[in-house]
Amino acid sequence: MIKNISNLGDAAMYCDFGTEVNKEINRNVINYFNNLRDSNFLGITNITPSYNKLVISFDLKLTSYAKLKKQVENLELKKNNNSKNNLIKIPVCYAEEFALDIERLKKLLKINEEKIYEIFFSKNYYCYMTGFIAGMPFLGDMDKSLFAKRLETPRVKVPKNSVGITEQFCNIYTFESPGGWNIIGKTPVNIFDKKKNTEPNLINPGDTISFYPISKLEYEKKYE
Amino acid sequence: MNKNYFEVLRPGINSTFQDNGRNNFYHIGIPFSGAMDNRNFLLANTISNNGINNPVLEFAYQGPKLKYIGENISINVTGDVNFKIIRKNKNLKFSCYQNIVLENNDCLDILSTNRSVYGYLSIGGTFEVDYYLNSCSTNTKAKIGANSGEKLEIGQIIQLKNIKKILPKNKIEYLNSKIENIRIIKGPHFDYFSKDAIDSFFSNEFNVTKLSDRMGIRLKGPKINNIKNTNIKSEGLVKGAIQITADGDPIIMLSDHGTIGGYPKIGVVISADYDKLVQIPPGSKIKFKEINLKDAETIFKLYEMETQNLISNIK
Repeated sequence: MIKNISNLGDAAMYCDFGTEVNKEINRNVINYFNNLRDSNFLGITNITPSYNKLVISFDLKLTSYAKLKKQVENLELKKNNNSKNNLIKIPVCYAEEFALDIERLKKLLKINEEKIYEIFFSKNYYCYMTGFIAGMPFLGDMDKSLFAKRLETPRVKVPKNSVGITEQFCNIYTFESPGGWNIIGKTPVNIFDKKKNTEPNLINPGDTISFYPISKLEYEKKYE
Repeated sequence: MNKNYFEVLRPGINSTFQDNGRNNFYHIGIPFSGAMDNRNFLLANTISNNGINNPVLEFAYQGPKLKYIGENISINVTGDVNFKIIRKNKNLKFSCYQNIVLENNDCLDILSTNRSVYGYLSIGGTFEVDYYLNSCSTNTKAKIGANSGEKLEIGQIIQLKNIKKILPKNKIEYLNSKIENIRIIKGPHFDYFSKDAIDSFFSNEFNVTKLSDRMGIRLKGPKINNIKNTNIKSEGLVKGAIQITADGDPIIMLSDHGTIGGYPKIGVVISADYDKLVQIPPGSKIKFKEINLKDAETIFKLYEMETQNLISNIK
């Protein structure tokens, strides 16, 4: 449930669901997000779910913080409105040239390469949010044995489609971008496909992701 | 092939097609975008008798130089902009906020914005541009919108359609006033900063640095010391949000901002000051002033009324 609602400037609302990062809180955030998307309240321009917050932007010409706050407080939640959430399988190739930080991780985690990937591929990951750059999914939670700090000096350019891990999270770089996550492989799948006009995002908040390994040959085939 | 078009002889520094922007895609990481200075965008389309969401060409600092081929067309430029038309080797000077006629083989040279950042070119007609997710606004980060998500490039052709008959002058008397005091509303992480840091934030001037663009304005000034944590769990951002980085410097989020961010937000710029904020060029100084939500809402209503008055006084 929302613990506190406040204004974020004069044209947005800040819904606070707590301070912890866990699936239970995030499912609540996503549930509100899905319900609000269906609500068609006048003036809403954007709804941004994150780990434990929901930011609702609105057009100050059409509504106001006070009006919208009442509507959000009185919103009747359809429980488990998560019909939009899917299980998505993502192939990852961890050939040497793609696993940019595997040597660093071996030293940092004191686990050998085979074991790192065995642990990584054995779990399903939950999408807490997407964003920062278009389509980038923030997934969790990693197995504790793979918790690793960010790079001390972020890369100026992380190659597009790289799969990275840091602390309890993993993500996929949907565009070439600066970044400090530990890169362990690359997927041939386009996570943000702008040719898909209405739903360019393959992964949405609330989805579950399962990664599976592929060889370099399979990677090249899929890429074509 | 269309018979009315511009050829780009010089693209300018950051020339992109923009409209009202994209709603409802923050949750997948796509920012609002759209014209930075909404009032000048609106005035440009109004003078052209266009719909309020018609694409315009936005430029920053130095604008494009465009050769026009086609039938006579009305155009107008808004902002504080220095431009000329080169017609048969003669330089013709015009002022902003009025329709002027462009003839076949004319060259429109948008030289510079004066002590400001953004200006707009609108035409009595429509730029033929691609749309993506209900908007033509170019976002060069995600490479979406008009012009395949890129800035204008030298040598490219801009096709025009729906050319209107020559329009009346539609002159608007408007002076782009400058502001130094940016009014803000307290943000959700106000208590991350010490009393001294807050005092320093409101009593000192900040320099607008060159590292400013459509994504954000980076400021340099006194360091704003954090007493809790220099990071937060990443959460949604909005236009005008002021994040304080781990180094203690403020960054103001602008129309192409990353949709989520992990720095504490000390405040958010009020909607009524946004158009003027984006026009403050690097090298200028700004100062913040705190106001409450109720006042911000009243000031916005007045700002909107002022815009409507400008539009209803077209001559």
